[in-house]
Amino acid sequence: MINEELQAYLAGKFSNAEVKPGKQYLEILVQAADLHETAVQLKGVPELSFDYLICLTGVDYPESMQIVYHLESVKHRHMVVLKVNTADRVDPKVDTVSDVWQTAKYHEREVYDLLGVKFNHHTDLRRLFLDDDYGFPLRKDFKDEVRIVER
Amino acid sequence: MSETKEIIITSDKIHTDEYLVNMGPQHPSTHGVLRLLVRLEGEMVHNIQPHVGYIHSGIEKMCEAISYPQVIHLTDRMDYLSAHMNNEAVALCIENALQVEVPERVKYIRTIMDELSRLASHQLWWCVMGMDLGALTTFFYGLRDREHILDIFEETCGARMTLNYSVPGGVMFDIHPNFQKRVKEFIKEFRKKLPEYDQLLTGNVIFQERTNDIGYLSLEDAIAWGVTGPSGRGSGFSCDVRKHQPYSAYPLVQFEEKLATKGDTFTRYRLRMEEMYESLHIIEQLIDNIPEGDYAVKMKGVVKLPEGEFYQRVETARGEFGVYIVSDGKKNPYRVKFRSPGFSNLFALNKMAAGHKIADLVAIMSTLDLVIPDIDR
Amino acid sequence: MGFNIYDFSGMTHNMHLWFLERMSPTATTIVEWTIIGVSYMLFVALFGLFLVYAERKVCAAFQQRLGPMRVGYWGLLQTIADFIKLLMKELIMPKSADKFLYNLAPFIVMIATFLAMAVLPFAKGLQTLDFDIGIFYVTAVSSVGVIGILIAGWSSNNKYSLIGAMRSGAQILSYELSVSLSLVTIIILAGSMQLSVVVESQRDAWFIFKGHIPALIAFVIFLIAGTAETNRGPFDLAEAESELTAGFHTEYSGIKFAFFFLAEYINMFIVAAMATTVFLGGWMPLHFGSFESFNVVMDFIPPLVWFFMKVLGVIFLIMWFKWTFPRLRVDQILTLEWKYLLPINLINILLMSLVVLTKFHL
Repeated sequence: MINEELQAYLAGKFSNAEVKPGKQYLEILVQAADLHETAVQLKGVPELSFDYLICLTGVDYPESMQIVYHLESVKHRHMVVLKVNTADRVDPKVDTVSDVWQTAKYHEREVYDLLGVKFNHHTDLRRLFLDDDYGFPLRKDFKDEVRIVER
Repeated sequence: MSETKEIIITSDKIHTDEYLVNMGPQHPSTHGVLRLLVRLEGEMVHNIQPHVGYIHSGIEKMCEAISYPQVIHLTDRMDYLSAHMNNEAVALCIENALQVEVPERVKYIRTIMDELSRLASHQLWWCVMGMDLGALTTFFYGLRDREHILDIFEETCGARMTLNYSVPGGVMFDIHPNFQKRVKEFIKEFRKKLPEYDQLLTGNVIFQERTNDIGYLSLEDAIAWGVTGPSGRGSGFSCDVRKHQPYSAYPLVQFEEKLATKGDTFTRYRLRMEEMYESLHIIEQLIDNIPEGDYAVKMKGVVKLPEGEFYQRVETARGEFGVYIVSDGKKNPYRVKFRSPGFSNLFALNKMAAGHKIADLVAIMSTLDLVIPDIDR
Repeated sequence: MGFNIYDFSGMTHNMHLWFLERMSPTATTIVEWTIIGVSYMLFVALFGLFLVYAERKVCAAFQQRLGPMRVGYWGLLQTIADFIKLLMKELIMPKSADKFLYNLAPFIVMIATFLAMAVLPFAKGLQTLDFDIGIFYVTAVSSVGVIGILIAGWSSNNKYSLIGAMRSGAQILSYELSVSLSLVTIIILAGSMQLSVVVESQRDAWFIFKGHIPALIAFVIFLIAGTAETNRGPFDLAEAESELTAGFHTEYSGIKFAFFFLAEYINMFIVAAMATTVFLGGWMPLHFGSFESFNVVMDFIPPLVWFFMKVLGVIFLIMWFKWTFPRLRVDQILTLEWKYLLPINLINILLMSLVVLTKFHL
């Protein structure tokens, strides 16, 4: 499906979500509560079949954490960017999608490690790179007097 | 540390026949500081837990404090064997954001450098693959030929590994006057040398026995685990960004996306070998037709991206590399994320190697072609 | 053929008499033992070093490089320098290692090597012991070495070492069979297990020519199994570098590591020497049936030269294997032995018996 068709289809399918063309790819912003259901639909519906999770990451915005999923369909070759904002910036929580796309299991661990986003129902949510008592370095308010020199 | 904790938690579950072996962080075949917690029963691998982060260098955090052109210099240090592809990804991302059209010459040069990097990377992979399987002579054959490519790199941009050649708007210097001649010489020579690789390793009975029918990865698993590059294409996952979202001069050249369906170790090996021929083919199409013109467009002194989010995918030697830049309009990025191919590929290892022998684990890991800084970033 | 200048038995006999004239028989025995012991030790040390050097040069040639070039002319003193370095290195022992066994293991490996060397006939009369069960003795004592490897792997309290030792145990036990059976093939032909007799009966033609196809098959099997028994590539599973770091000798350093290292090379020499003695005529010169002049010329080359030429040739073959083949997997190594080499070997023995019964070899 080309972007306009896909946009119309997605807008019809996910009434709670905000579907808009981004600078490059189509973007869907969903509510945190709808995330898992949306993910299942995006992968499961044959017209969409977004089966390849390219990239999963988080961004620390001033008012909330945003988790960004770049998705591609191997069959249809269309791409979409799924976004979700967490309610709380300090103790962010979203549902895991690791049961939908297996690779998310480790990408989510990375996001948890660097941004402190907790993924509900994740089977093995441990830190990936850093020590347990290390802060969440990709947060904007992260301070490390020893290792980071501010200029 | 989290790792120790895990062992303690699970120790009451460990069957008496199983035992844990820490492969790495210092181990000859993890090719860097990767640690695999391998659960074994005799020679049989039951479960592999990769533990990464030993050379996590916080590149993404560092990027938030530096300007866009400086970001490019850090990308070299991730996948040091595909340094130019990583550079190019960031440069393309910035160019897309600013909607800068680069001269044709730049596209040609970048693509040729891409393919040379891919060749150099695959050559080193081949050396190491042989070595992991105990055929030590391959190492010197591969390095012998890789030397020629590195010499070309050195002449072009002064560096042999961390090239830093792409800048936003073009490349840092024009190509050396000898560039075309030397590349053509190299292609001519390497086309003769490549069959030697097959004679030494591919056709060997022991090699075939060691790699055939082990480490199966199904198409579904490859997609679900995001295994890209030749490793994913070995399972039939058509994931070549050069084909699906072409960039630079790739739309202009004829090449084939090599796909196979079997998905075992030997298939992945063979695909990489075929990709080397394909790379040579791409360079041959471009090398004689490099158009005249500027090697870079003039950019502003301070590069500022418009507000928004930008994503650029490129195909490195290992698979799909992605740059995700969130800009707030300032001269530093607000957030940079690098989607590294090795990261996704590594975690499919358990799927592929569980149930095989230790020796197979090494072979399977070898065909994934891991570069550890690429995983840890 | 009376080329007695190359016969060492007269010389050793005269030496014995010379000692007897000057001291009591007991003292003579002690002095002779000392001389033999010292010369064996010197031989092992020097030939081991030479083999290490040769290996590095051969490997370099296969890999299109020069190998050691800096120390001495063409790097000739490199291995001596390395050996001095190993001698001076600190001996590290893991805290939880079994101290006694850990220290014992390198010596067991070394002793097994020395024991096997005792019966090798270097030239006519240059043989320490000439048992009537020589071949049997060699196969018996050479398998003592595996006990050293098993002990080393177990006592260093390292999982890699243990896996390496287990692999080595399984491998050597299996391949012992092939080595013995391929030797049995030749014993049938020679009619004796005494090594001097085996060599003497190859005077007119080496067994590899005399025994037709069965001898050739036996030779190939012996080479494969012998390579496997010395734990060398492509059968170097016990110390598979890319899998088990260094296998059973991971935890050894300094002179103890040097013992394992030297033993590996000397074992390679023993395998090559056995192949030479049993299949390639030992120290016998190359003779072709009725080419009288050719045979006479060949006779002029001293037997020691013949022996070492053949041994080095076989060693070169074994090195060639190592530097071109990938390593086998542990189950493949056992499959190769039990499913292929062993049945072929048994049929081969049958064939050889037929050859001998029909007197086809004469």
